[in-house]
Amino acid sequence: MTTSATGPTPVTGVGSVPLPHGVSRRAFLGFCSTMAAALALPVGEIARAVAAAPRLPVVWIATQDCTADTESLLRSVDPGISALLLDVISLDYHETLMAPAGARAGQALDAALDRGGYVCVVEGAIPTASNGVHCLIDGETGLSLVRRATAGALFTLAVGSCAVDGGIAAAAPNPTGATGVSGAVSGIANLVNLPGCPVNGVNLVATIVYYLTHTTLPPLDSSRRPTFAYGQRIHAAGACDRYEFFRAGQYVLAWGDEGHRKGWCLRRMGCAGPRTFANCHTRNWNETSWPIGAGHPCVGCTVSRFWDGNTPFYVRKPGN
Amino acid sequence: MKIVVDPVTRIEGHLRIETQVDAGAVTDAWSTSPMFRGIENVLVNRDPRDAWVFTQRICGVCTTVSALASVRAVENALGITIPDNARIIRNLMEAAQYVHDHVVHLYHLHGPDWIDLTAALTADPAAASSLQRSLSAWPNNSTEYFAAVKAKLQAFVDSGQLGLFAGGYWGHPAYDLSPEASLVLMAHYLEALDWQREFVKIHAILGGKNPHPQTYVVGGMATAVDPTSSRAVNPTSVSRMKAIAATIKTFVDQVYVPDLLLLARSYPAWTSIGRGVGNLLCVGDFPERDGTRLFPSGVIRNRSLGSVETLDQSRITEDITRSWYTGATPLHPADGVTQVAYTGPTPPFEALDTSGRYSYGKAPRYGGAVMEVGPLARMAVAYAANVTRARQLVDGALGTLGLGTDALFSTVGRMLTRALETQWLAERISPWLDELSANIAAGNLTIADTTKWQPSSWPATATGYGTTEAPRGALGHWVRISDQKIANYQIVIPSTWNGSPRDVAGNRGAWEQALLGVPVHDAEQPLEILRVVHSFDPCMACAVHVLDAEGAEVTEVTVVP
Repeated sequence: MTTSATGPTPVTGVGSVPLPHGVSRRAFLGFCSTMAAALALPVGEIARAVAAAPRLPVVWIATQDCTADTESLLRSVDPGISALLLDVISLDYHETLMAPAGARAGQALDAALDRGGYVCVVEGAIPTASNGVHCLIDGETGLSLVRRATAGALFTLAVGSCAVDGGIAAAAPNPTGATGVSGAVSGIANLVNLPGCPVNGVNLVATIVYYLTHTTLPPLDSSRRPTFAYGQRIHAAGACDRYEFFRAGQYVLAWGDEGHRKGWCLRRMGCAGPRTFANCHTRNWNETSWPIGAGHPCVGCTVSRFWDGNTPFYVRKPGN
Repeated sequence: MKIVVDPVTRIEGHLRIETQVDAGAVTDAWSTSPMFRGIENVLVNRDPRDAWVFTQRICGVCTTVSALASVRAVENALGITIPDNARIIRNLMEAAQYVHDHVVHLYHLHGPDWIDLTAALTADPAAASSLQRSLSAWPNNSTEYFAAVKAKLQAFVDSGQLGLFAGGYWGHPAYDLSPEASLVLMAHYLEALDWQREFVKIHAILGGKNPHPQTYVVGGMATAVDPTSSRAVNPTSVSRMKAIAATIKTFVDQVYVPDLLLLARSYPAWTSIGRGVGNLLCVGDFPERDGTRLFPSGVIRNRSLGSVETLDQSRITEDITRSWYTGATPLHPADGVTQVAYTGPTPPFEALDTSGRYSYGKAPRYGGAVMEVGPLARMAVAYAANVTRARQLVDGALGTLGLGTDALFSTVGRMLTRALETQWLAERISPWLDELSANIAAGNLTIADTTKWQPSSWPATATGYGTTEAPRGALGHWVRISDQKIANYQIVIPSTWNGSPRDVAGNRGAWEQALLGVPVHDAEQPLEILRVVHSFDPCMACAVHVLDAEGAEVTEVTVVP
């Protein structure tokens, strides 16, 4: 055997980490309670809505992406990500996770688009220079694929900053003419933008669950972002828990200095919190922390064109 | 006949594989990276301290690794030595990444190549229970448990909405797992789905988030440590990470490694299929306090585990003879001059002209030779270098399976070495946490060398490189800094090595070679091709990049009809 020389460690009661049961009712209830917290809705209402059959079909298109939004989806619910995939949605096309490849994968996509009634998720920027040849999927450009997949969708979720505004691919000098969904598909209806690098998966899933619960999209701001996730400024009283130090004029000046160890304000290290609207501070990443909480400035990854507008990252921002 | 697999699914990013299949076996293969962003070009003229934030976005599956290589490259250029706490924190984050990446790879990316969902539906839960009890002490082992998993899967299938599993190659004759083994592994597919998010909470504690943790800085880490502060890494957060480390070790020892051995026993033919090029390259990683590295660097040629050649990074070149770029070739990455020039067919198209240029991927070579990188390279180099723990792990597993070391050079060999290095790293997380605890307890709270933080302290020009062993293999960043800005940035990535197209000499890339001779039972269901390619765990967003040296604009793409 290649198990450890000291023998197996008992699983139950390992520290404070709960034991998920991937196929149990607990996974489903865990999913519902996480969503209830994200959307401030009763658990029972969510449980009734998301358990309805048939499951909501989802077609996930990846273009100029890094797959972090997919990974974020897999971190979105604790416990119960298996419940999302088995009980709540039907992930009918997703290249990173689906069983078939090649022609069979293409057939799965065509079938899902023909059936209709699906949510289209787009992850990644869409290159438009040179007729889109910088992203080719089975001989089709990403631009063509995104237009085809969004055309018949109930609604489209642009997940992550790349799908929203081109993200890093569109950063100067934008070598491939990359843009987001709204830039690539003119006049697209029912678009929801979920920026972030990546999107926090909780916000992605909560948007879908809101639709299942209300059969409408959640309230959106003028940039088509759900207000439940993008309605609050990070650098504000009651938001960032370092704000009290900002009020007291206490700043981090070097990595590891007294202020850094005591959690003082990161403004002078380049923090973009004052210009950033997000919910990282209330819906912590991995239900554990967020960059400012761990000691690093916010880079403002939900801010439009932040790769150009917020850099250099470590220089104090104008007017900040 | 030509068999085209596009998209190759269950990988990171986009990949197209074309194969020539005659008499039921692959006789030739072409690997195409069909997506390109130009991140290195985006980096030019930016603050070198920002580079890691950009390069981390090369990939969100192997998040962290291109952040680490980037800060190392800039630190190397500026002559910065990071403090011990930063070394430990970086090791912890990278180790957590390995565990997460490799577990997800086995179950969710590679698993459906070996596990037949429909076979699991015919399993006897009592027999599955007996099988699980024979594998390990993992507590989810009762007849009732497996009956519940089976019922859950059956209900899922009966719903008529097969979702991710629709169109899978179920019932393919190449599936050799028993129904009970299939049910056990499907149960672990679902369990791993829920466990994976626990493993990377180490990133959330030390890095603020995952994917794309955000506490790297040139000079160390922005993760404050202080035993008296609730806003820094303190004994409470170390305890939490110790608990996660125990969870990781338990899952790896009781689920991942036993399952991998079960697969290896069930697919004996695949210990000699997909053997590949037999040349291995490892840059080494996980620096220990004594200056050694857990994974030593080195080069192995012709499947010989008798000796390790010393790695010389100056011998690495990239060749673009068969890639959609123009310019001189081959060149060392530090001197790379590359201009993108797509010359493939106008989309939409059915076929590529594989006799010419056929990929956005370049062809890295070592002294002109094709190299495979990744878990096989790491474990084989450590084994050949007589690293004790590597010897124990490899000899133990091969002994259990009744195989010789030659079996490492195979589809199963890549899977096995991936599992064994995960086991090795899972063992190291807790001791590294102890080192961090001891430093904190002793009052060592330094997490960065900040003496060269201000650009005004830098020389007018500086060059450097940084390497890491990413989960998929050797990763190198080369940077040139001029007047406080990035003048040149070049990245050579694991899947660029493994998924390369041909070079000027016509040599096939690593997985192009591994595909030669692979049996293909059914052209409509290229399961065997997926098995070989997936054994490398392709990461294609990583694999494609371009940089024009000296910061010139990338030229306009030429589309040739």
